[in-house]
Amino acid sequence: MSKSEPILSVRDMRVEFQIKKQNALPWHKPDILRAVKGVSFDLAEGETLGIVGESGCGKSTLARAIIRMIPAQAGEVIWQGRDLMKMNPKELLGIRKEIQMIFQDPLASLNPRLTAGQIIAEPLKTHFPKTSKDETKKRVRELMEKVGLSARMINRYPHEFSGGQCQRIGIARALITNPKMIICDEPVSALDVSVQAQVVNLLMDLQKELGLSLLFIAHDLSVVKHISNRIMVLEFGDIAELGDAHDVIHNPQSPYTRELINAVPTPDPIVERQRIAERRALAAGT
Amino acid sequence: MALLDIQNLRITYDTPEGVVEAVKDVSLTVDKGETLAIVGESGSGKSQTAFATMGLLPHNAKVSGSIKYQGQEVIGLSQNEMNKLRSNEIAMIFQDPMTSLNPYLRISDQMAETLIYNAPDGKRMKKKDAIAECVRMLESVKIPDAKDRIHLYPHEFSGGMRQRVMIAMSLLCRPKLLIADEPTTALDVTVQARIMDLLVELQEEFHMAIVLITHNLGIVAGSCERTMVMYQGEVMEQGLTTDIFGSPTHPYTKGLLSAVPRLDQDEERLMTLDRSFEAQMAEEQL
Repeated sequence: MSKSEPILSVRDMRVEFQIKKQNALPWHKPDILRAVKGVSFDLAEGETLGIVGESGCGKSTLARAIIRMIPAQAGEVIWQGRDLMKMNPKELLGIRKEIQMIFQDPLASLNPRLTAGQIIAEPLKTHFPKTSKDETKKRVRELMEKVGLSARMINRYPHEFSGGQCQRIGIARALITNPKMIICDEPVSALDVSVQAQVVNLLMDLQKELGLSLLFIAHDLSVVKHISNRIMVLEFGDIAELGDAHDVIHNPQSPYTRELINAVPTPDPIVERQRIAERRALAAGT
Repeated sequence: MALLDIQNLRITYDTPEGVVEAVKDVSLTVDKGETLAIVGESGSGKSQTAFATMGLLPHNAKVSGSIKYQGQEVIGLSQNEMNKLRSNEIAMIFQDPMTSLNPYLRISDQMAETLIYNAPDGKRMKKKDAIAECVRMLESVKIPDAKDRIHLYPHEFSGGMRQRVMIAMSLLCRPKLLIADEPTTALDVTVQARIMDLLVELQEEFHMAIVLITHNLGIVAGSCERTMVMYQGEVMEQGLTTDIFGSPTHPYTKGLLSAVPRLDQDEERLMTLDRSFEAQMAEEQL
């Protein structure tokens, strides 16, 4: 993992939103919400960086700002030596086939009027418009098998799939352009535990096979710990902690990380009841 | 006598594709003051069972079997009688705190409504008294500045706060049985821990029984005495939480437990659910 050149470096990223006050008049200045306050990190090739934090801490905003789905106020995003923030739309399109994204809501992120095959083929049409029909179909079938869907389902519509299958379609769509990095924005939080395990395993296998770099965003610490090499904990748009996954979980430095870890329930009645008793005793003491 | 006694509950729907069995032959009992957890994947019929108890099933649902609340049959009650039961005896907290409050009404109006029409002593309460009572209840679910906040609209609260409002609202008439349908699924872990602590605290204060529907096994381990595992409308296993977690007998329960990623253990790969038991079950039925 100790490759010399990181594939992605983010430096001092800031994202701000303007909010209109209630009953504001047109000449009143809007309030400014600082969603991401100067975040910097590196991502090595083939590495998984987990980003955790509570809702509203800016983890999705950060991810979206990195690939310029939303504008950032300041900061640099160096992707293989070039700054994404200074690119024109045409150059950016070229980069987007190298950085793909998987979204949280498996059904809502698929166009209901396209078949699974069309959905998976769409990025090919955008980024490689010269691909022949046969070639496209071959690639789509290949990828469907790779993510664990039967190629016979190619003509089905999203509503005919279960949540886990929809997420697999989303993964296949992200993979078809042979990306170097995938941003996963809460890819498993809408899934049942049993399905969640399958999708997490799939992502880990694909990463090993294809040498992908992953930015894995989730609010579930136990999933993030499982898949990540390093973990970044965000607190109100700031980095609370960034370090090796094992260290962050077993030896957290920041009080915020400790609070997050203590809140995760353990599926073991004896351990969990003891933890709750300790937590309550602590609350009663203070 | 058990507080809630469900025997051989069956819920079916007539659809164009034939009859769909949502719940097949479910029996359970809940005693006074105890906590029963119902766990299972989406589509396992756990919410359907709860809706049947509350008389909230859609009109095209066909219900058979018996649901007895304190010895009184609930199935087939008229809306009026059902309302009496729903106001003073059984209360329910729904999964989504965003959609279960009326966005057009201030919290004060929608909370006080319950008391104005269904005061615990059977008389109508004056609005001023009702609101004073609501403020007291909001304070007991630890909403700061409840006196001022009660006049806000639901969208002015965060997800966790809204779920507290829902809990406060359901406790206004001092129910003896509280059905909580995935009360923390939409919330962050830290908020989830606070809400669960709160529920346990309130349970001791008001001596009520709780039926907790969830797919989070960690929560079940911490706060439920008995657990029932459901799969595709059937009860797989039922018993003390410590027994079920310590030595699960059904392969489905085993699979479900091993699919949960844990913070306190380092595993190479997540176990995925082995579906081979399905074939076995189908054979047994034939």
